[in-house]
Amino acid sequence: MSAVNSRSEKIFQIFWSTFFIVITFVAMVPILRVIAVSFSSKDAITAGKVMIFPKGFNTEAYRKAFRSGSFVNAFGYSILLMFGATAINLIMTILAAYPLSKKNLIGGNIIMTLFVITMYLNPGIIPEYLNVKSFKLIDTVWALIIPGALSAYNMIIMCNAFRGIDQAIYDAARIDGCSEFRTLISITLPLVYPMIATLGLFYAVGRWNGIGDVLYYINSSKYFTVQMVLKQYVEAVKVSVEEGLMTNLLAENIKAASIVISMLPMLLVYPFVQKFFTKGIMIGAVKG
Amino acid sequence: MDKRRKAEIRKGKKVRIYLKNNWQLYAMLVIPVIYLILFKYKPMLGVVVAFKKFNIYQGIWESPWIGLANFKEAFSSKDFWDALKNTLMLNIGDLIIGFPIPIFLAIFLNELRSNKIRKFTQTLLYLPNFMSWVIISGIATQLLSRSGLVNNIIVTLGFESVPFLSNTSIWRFVYWFFGLWQSAGYSLIVYLAALMATDSSLGEAAYIDGATRLQRIWYVTIPQISSTITVLLIMQVGRLVSISFDRPYMMGNTLVRGASNVISTYVYSIGLSSGRFDFATAIGLFQTIVGVVLVLSANGIIKKLGQEGII
Repeated sequence: MSAVNSRSEKIFQIFWSTFFIVITFVAMVPILRVIAVSFSSKDAITAGKVMIFPKGFNTEAYRKAFRSGSFVNAFGYSILLMFGATAINLIMTILAAYPLSKKNLIGGNIIMTLFVITMYLNPGIIPEYLNVKSFKLIDTVWALIIPGALSAYNMIIMCNAFRGIDQAIYDAARIDGCSEFRTLISITLPLVYPMIATLGLFYAVGRWNGIGDVLYYINSSKYFTVQMVLKQYVEAVKVSVEEGLMTNLLAENIKAASIVISMLPMLLVYPFVQKFFTKGIMIGAVKG
Repeated sequence: MDKRRKAEIRKGKKVRIYLKNNWQLYAMLVIPVIYLILFKYKPMLGVVVAFKKFNIYQGIWESPWIGLANFKEAFSSKDFWDALKNTLMLNIGDLIIGFPIPIFLAIFLNELRSNKIRKFTQTLLYLPNFMSWVIISGIATQLLSRSGLVNNIIVTLGFESVPFLSNTSIWRFVYWFFGLWQSAGYSLIVYLAALMATDSSLGEAAYIDGATRLQRIWYVTIPQISSTITVLLIMQVGRLVSISFDRPYMMGNTLVRGASNVISTYVYSIGLSSGRFDFATAIGLFQTIVGVVLVLSANGIIKKLGQEGII
């Protein structure tokens, strides 16, 4: 819209393009640094030579991290947990959102209001803990799946997506004798698949990254997620570094390798799903 | 009499037809509604623990009532006020640092003609949003500890190393900075979306009338996204007493407890670690009530300003 080729415009464009490239690069430094440390040799780290590129490239840290049984087990278990929890989340979300998207469903409004209230009235972690305990779910994998099985916020987003579908399609399905279940599975879901992908990813990221519920509900280490195992590594190093105690610098690159491994699933899917996420945010933003 | 009976029969028929057409929709709702009752509303009853002397062997209902004693204890405890103060302090810092910067970035990113740079910036700045606070805390330690990258550089330049993670006032900035790092990309996308929806012909008209770029940004662009800014700002103010658990818990350490102990971590440590369920519930309940009052007031203000509220 501006003077296309004026000098000041060119300077402006060059200045701000450079600014954004620099900002983005600076924002990436923490991630590059941890990757660099994970591939560097022990000596280079001790000498403080590692900046954002690996020095004395080697994969020893990764081999050591993978040799630690607890980390590998936690990783595999977390992946399974993430897929299982996401599947349950999506099924619950769709089961609630589809009927509630019908405007003439008697009682639908009341149920919707009950869902909305839960977004604001949060009883706090202790009553939730006592509730999970009353179902004897403490220290079981279900404690990490059931309490968060359905997010009211995501359900409302899903509901709006269903409402965006043309009513004529539903009418046609009904005239052709489709049951509601059949309509949902063969007609509605294929139409909103980008939304299902988006919400599925929101749920998956939340489950992969979550630490609070693992800390509250899980005692035995066989149910620890990868974040929980990583937390133990991180905390052990953090305190010793700050108190000026001698730290084992080999642990430093193993720790870095563990951090990179924990980021890996997100880093791998990110380029592919980034578009979906952007779409999801915009839909959330339109509403509020 | 006869007429009424007929009407009743017709009504009964209508109900039957309605149910015949819609029973599957109700069937779908069965599991979500059971979940809602058992895992969302049942715990709400559990807040009565806040008014009891809770004994784990007697359970929620058998434990004796003690009225407001837990609240009185909380309000007279220094730890509680410290946690509340820290919560407000960290949230206000987020508001001052984390709120305006993404708006600034979005406005100038939107002025760029190169789509490539816009995509590049947007994509990479959004990446930290996918990192857990465990990972971020690990990264922060590697960068900012006494032997970390930043202190290495500072020492090489001939200065004293900085206690980023053990001095409470400096640690607060570390907390705010990594909050910005983690969430800026998300906010950036929200504001860019709002900017995309604005009417570009207004800016063109202002340009033809001789407005400079800054004038156009200030008088044309910002007023067009001001409603989005206002709503997000008021919502964030409404959440001032609420704080997530993961972030302060993971970013904090024993040396900065004085700044990092907030309501969520305080409730966790006295409730689940020390087993004082009743006292912890009372504090959680206090936080929820203040939070709801703030959100409702914020919503009222948004509606007064003529915007569509969030509730």
